Amino acid sequence: MPEVFISELMRSLKSGKFTFTGELEPEKTTNLTRYVEAAKKIKDYVVACNVTDNPQSFAYISSLVASYIIQRDSGLETIYQITCRDRNRIAIFSDLLGAGALGIKNVLALTGDHTTLGDTPQAKPVFDLDSVQLIKMVRRIVDEGVDMNGRPIESPPKFFIGAGANPNANPIEPELIKFEKKVNAGADFFQTQVVFDIEKAKSFLKETSKYNVPVIIGIFPLKSYGVADYFDKNVPGVKVPKDLMDALAKASEISDKNLRRLKYDEINLNYFSSFIKELKKTTSAAGCHIMSVGYEEIIPPLVEASR
Amino acid sequence: MIITEQKSFEEILRMLEPFNRIFIIGCGECSTVVQTGGEEQVKRMAERLRSVGKEVVGAVVVETPCDARILRRDTRNLKDAIESSDAILCMTCGAGVQDIVEHLKKPSIPALDTKFLGIIEHIGEFYERCRACGECILYETGGICPIVRCPKGMLNGPCGGMYEGKCEVGGYKRDCAWILIYNRLKELGMLDIYRAYRPPRDNSRLNVQPREVIWVKT
Ligand code: SF4
Ligand code: SF4
Repeated sequence: MPEVFISELMRSLKSGKFTFTGELEPEKTTNLTRYVEAAKKIKDYVVACNVTDNPQSFAYISSLVASYIIQRDSGLETIYQITCRDRNRIAIFSDLLGAGALGIKNVLALTGDHTTLGDTPQAKPVFDLDSVQLIKMVRRIVDEGVDMNGRPIESPPKFFIGAGANPNANPIEPELIKFEKKVNAGADFFQTQVVFDIEKAKSFLKETSKYNVPVIIGIFPLKSYGVADYFDKNVPGVKVPKDLMDALAKASEISDKNLRRLKYDEINLNYFSSFIKELKKTTSAAGCHIMSVGYEEIIPPLVEASR
Repeated sequence: MIITEQKSFEEILRMLEPFNRIFIIGCGECSTVVQTGGEEQVKRMAERLRSVGKEVVGAVVVETPCDARILRRDTRNLKDAIESSDAILCMTCGAGVQDIVEHLKKPSIPALDTKFLGIIEHIGEFYERCRACGECILYETGGICPIVRCPKGMLNGPCGGMYEGKCEVGGYKRDCAWILIYNRLKELGMLDIYRAYRPPRDNSRLNVQPREVIWVKT
């Protein structure tokens, strides 16, 4: 029987083509024009684009609504991120049916950051499910067409199901076991947290290649020295490599705004295109997830430069 | 042990505002051990209340104020003093306060904040260890409770917020429960249990509140 492709992302990953995905982070707004425009800009370079669900526990526009509108108005397929932080299993189930009705094809099932990290720390953290349980729930919805108690769904939705993974985790063994649990629960693909250290990406891919599930490695182009510095200091477990940091620091001293911009872009293109080429050449990575929130313009030249 | 902390004296006075004649009840169990409602604390409270002009008409440390039988027994001889009071100041946990209200039928004021079910490392160093979830899974987790010690109540391993064995909640100061669990089970040669999928918790019984345990004769 010929394989039925649920989404373009699935088609691309199944074909074995090195697949790029992007990420959009709509914030406290009802106006998505800016994000639709960004999606249009990267549309020919990425296969699909994540839409975040209240990232870092900041209260933003619903990721379901944004996923739908961005996909509809830009024509770029979205990956609807759904976390366990704010919704119990009833609400998540109901949103998943809603997503199906709206033509969402991909979901990324995550636990979510803790409420205390965000801009509304007074909120009650829900965490009725964890990511592994959520993946399993979506799997059953898709494969068996039933809810968590086995009750049938009339026209169940079809989703290509994604999971998160963290190659930077230390210790790594519990993370690898969790990866296995997610595979067993039914994850179709993985997108990792940001990795700068190619060696970490390599060893993680080596450990996980036996599962034969596509792993898309997350990268984070750094728009400016300020962004890099913030990232380096505030994202635990992720260190911006020193040579990259130094190059950005040096670029930050260029007084002419346009020249500075060009230099920043050049540094990113150099660093990340060789990172991606190395991934392509030496690992089983299925692709690259470019988390360039607010720096979408880097995606087209970066993808070109990585060919 | 039920860990309690005394409220500030200002807050206690604010709650006692409408009342003049006060009866004090302490607790001979947890609050005695934790030093929030034992003989000494009750005595000191009586002195402080008197010093601000309240009339303390009596005081007693009930052996177990949360046990209705003991509460009745230990207050039997004090009926008149209790009767003559305007309010009872309870130096007990919340369960104690409610048992006192139910059986002594007086306005009852909590002098303590009930914090959690925990262990005492030293006096003044208490750690939460159980949330009375109703279905103990400690046998699967190497005796480390993820319901209490993981802020997300994860059941299948550490979340992405773990960094160098520490938890994202509270600024990477506390141990990630799931790393503790992993290490413990590994030590015990029980990683198979760690690897097993744990389904979502069944809250259906927990959701019928308040919870009751009633023995049915078989
Ligand atoms: S699992 Fe944790 S919260 Fe539940 S009863 Fe056991 S120790 Fe208490
Ligand atoms: S870091 Fe560990 S303890 Fe903290 S929320 Fe995540 S899994 Fe739970």
